[in-house]
Amino acid sequence: MAALIERVAPLRWTAALLQRLGLHGRGLVVAVPVLWLLVFFLVPFLVVAKISLSEAMIARPPYAPLFEWDGWRLNVVMNLENFRYLWTDRLYINAYFFSIQVAFISATVALLIGYPMAYFIARSPEPRRTFLLMMVILPFWTSFLLRVYAWQGFLRSNGVINNTLISLGIIDTPIQMLQTNFAVYLGIVYTYLPFMILPLFANLVKLEESLLEASADLGGRPMATFFYVTLPLSLPGIVGGFMLVFIPAIGEFVIPELLGGPDTLMIGRVLWNEFFSNRDWPVASAVAIAMLVAVVVPIMILRSFQARLTEEK
Amino acid sequence: MPRGWLLPVLCVLGFVFLYAPILSLVIFSFNASQLVTVWGGFSTRWYGELIRDTQILGAAWISLQVAFFSATIAVALGTLAAFVLMRFGRFRTRALLTGMVTAPLVMPEVITGLSLLLLFVSMEQLVGWPAGRGMTTVTIAHVTFCMAFVAVVVQSRLAGMDNSLEEAAMDLGARPVRVFFDITLPVIAPALIAGWLLAFTLSLDDLVIASFVTGPGASTLPMVIFSKVRLGVSPVVNALATIIILVVAIGVAIATWQMHRRMKETRRD
Repeated sequence: MAALIERVAPLRWTAALLQRLGLHGRGLVVAVPVLWLLVFFLVPFLVVAKISLSEAMIARPPYAPLFEWDGWRLNVVMNLENFRYLWTDRLYINAYFFSIQVAFISATVALLIGYPMAYFIARSPEPRRTFLLMMVILPFWTSFLLRVYAWQGFLRSNGVINNTLISLGIIDTPIQMLQTNFAVYLGIVYTYLPFMILPLFANLVKLEESLLEASADLGGRPMATFFYVTLPLSLPGIVGGFMLVFIPAIGEFVIPELLGGPDTLMIGRVLWNEFFSNRDWPVASAVAIAMLVAVVVPIMILRSFQARLTEEK
Repeated sequence: MPRGWLLPVLCVLGFVFLYAPILSLVIFSFNASQLVTVWGGFSTRWYGELIRDTQILGAAWISLQVAFFSATIAVALGTLAAFVLMRFGRFRTRALLTGMVTAPLVMPEVITGLSLLLLFVSMEQLVGWPAGRGMTTVTIAHVTFCMAFVAVVVQSRLAGMDNSLEEAAMDLGARPVRVFFDITLPVIAPALIAGWLLAFTLSLDDLVIASFVTGPGASTLPMVIFSKVRLGVSPVVNALATIIILVVAIGVAIATWQMHRRMKETRRD
C-alpha cells in the first residue's frame, strides 16, 4: 500500500497535501467517521435550528430565508413566533406529556410480562434455552410494520378477537378496540417486548445458583429469596430493558398512526403531521428542536447516569 | 420467584402473545375471501396477485438495493469508528466522536428524518448536490443511523478481544495497517457479519426516515406497505408478510443451529 502511494504521482501528491493539513496516519483514520457524522448528523441539527426561526411561506422550499443581503446590509430576520405558538397551543404540550405517559406505562407493562419470561428462559437447561431465546429474537428480525399491521387484523370490529367473542356468545356487539389508546399501549408493549427480555435475560443468566441455594438454606422462602436476592441483583437488567422500551416509544409514529384514533396525539405523530399534512416546515422544525431539548437531552443525561450505575456494580 | 407451574404458564402466555398475531397473518394469507378476517376457504390467490403487483416488486427491489449498500458502507464506517474509539487512546475529537456515535441510538426517527431532509434541501440550494432526492439520499440517511448500531456491536467485540495478539504482531515489526488487516479484522469478523445483518434489517424495515428523505420514483417497500395498510387491510400484504416471515425464520434457525454447534465444539475442546 505504502509502496503503491510512492510510485503513483497523483497519489503521492494527495498524500503530501493531506500530510500538510495534519491528516496523516492516525489523523486520517479518525477523520473519516468524524467527518461523516459531522456532515450528516450534527450539521443537520443546525439547519433545523435555523429553519425553526424562519417564517413559513408559499415557495420552494417553503420558508423565508433567515439572512438576506440588501446591497451591503445583512438583514437577519429571526422569528421566535414558532416557539411561542408551541408554548401557547395546548396541543403540543399535551402531546409531549401524553407521549411520556404512554412510553412509561408501556415500558412498565413490558417489564411485568418480560421478567417472568426472561427468568424462565435463563433458568432453562440447554438446548431449550437457546431455542426459547431464538423464539424471542425471531419477531425482531421480521418487519416491524407488518407486526403492527397484524394487530389491526386482530383488533378491528370484524377482527379475530371480536369474531371469536361473538361466536362464543360472550358479547353481542363488537367492542371498539382499534383506534383507541388501549390499542396503542398494546402495540408498543408487543413490538418492544423482545427489547425488554434480552437485557433481562443477559443479566439473569449470570445469576449464581449458589446464591439462591444459600438463601434457601438459611430458611428464605422462595418469595423472600426473589425480593431480597434476585430482584436487587437484576436491577441493571431492569433499568437497561426499561430504557430500551421507553426511549424509542416516546417518539413513536407508526403505532399511534395505525392503531390509535385521530386524537391519539403523540409527539412523533404531531411532527409528522406538521410536516406532511400542514406542510409547515418551520413549525415542524420548532417541534423537532423542542423535542430535542425536552426528550433527547434528558435521555442522554439519564443514560450516562445508567452507565455509571452499571460501572459501579 | 415461585417455582412450579406458574412460571412456565406465564412464559407460554408470553409466547402466545408474541406469536398469535404473526400466525394469523400467515393463516389469512391463504384465505380465498377478500375480507382478511373471515375465512372463505383455502387459496393461494393472493400469492398470484403479489407476483403480478409491480408496485410492490419494484419497491422491494429498491429497498433491497438501498439496504445492501447502506449496510456495507455502515459496516465500513462503523468499524472504523469503533476501532478508533477502542484502540487510539486519546485524540482531539474523541469526545465529539463518542457523542455522535451514541446519539443516533436514542434519536427519535422523526427528528433524524426531518433534519436530514432539511440538510439535503439546503445543500441542494448552496452547492447543487444532491440534485433532487431518491435512492442516494435514502442510502446516506440509512448509513448514518445504521453505523451507530454497527459501532456498538464491533466495540463490544473489540473490548472482549485479547490485546496481546495485536501487540505481538507490532513487536514483530508489522505496520499498524498490516496488523489491522491481518490480525484485528479476522478476529472481529463475526461482529462485522452480525453488524451487517443488523444494518441490513434496520434499513429494510425503516419507514419514517425514508419517507422524509426520499423523492419521486424511489418509494421503498415499507412506504408502499404503509400506504396500502392505511387504506385498510389487503390480503396481498398478508402474502408478502408470510414470505418475509418464512425467509427470516429459516435464516434465524440456521444461525442459531450454527451458534449452538460452535458452542458445543468449544465446550468439547
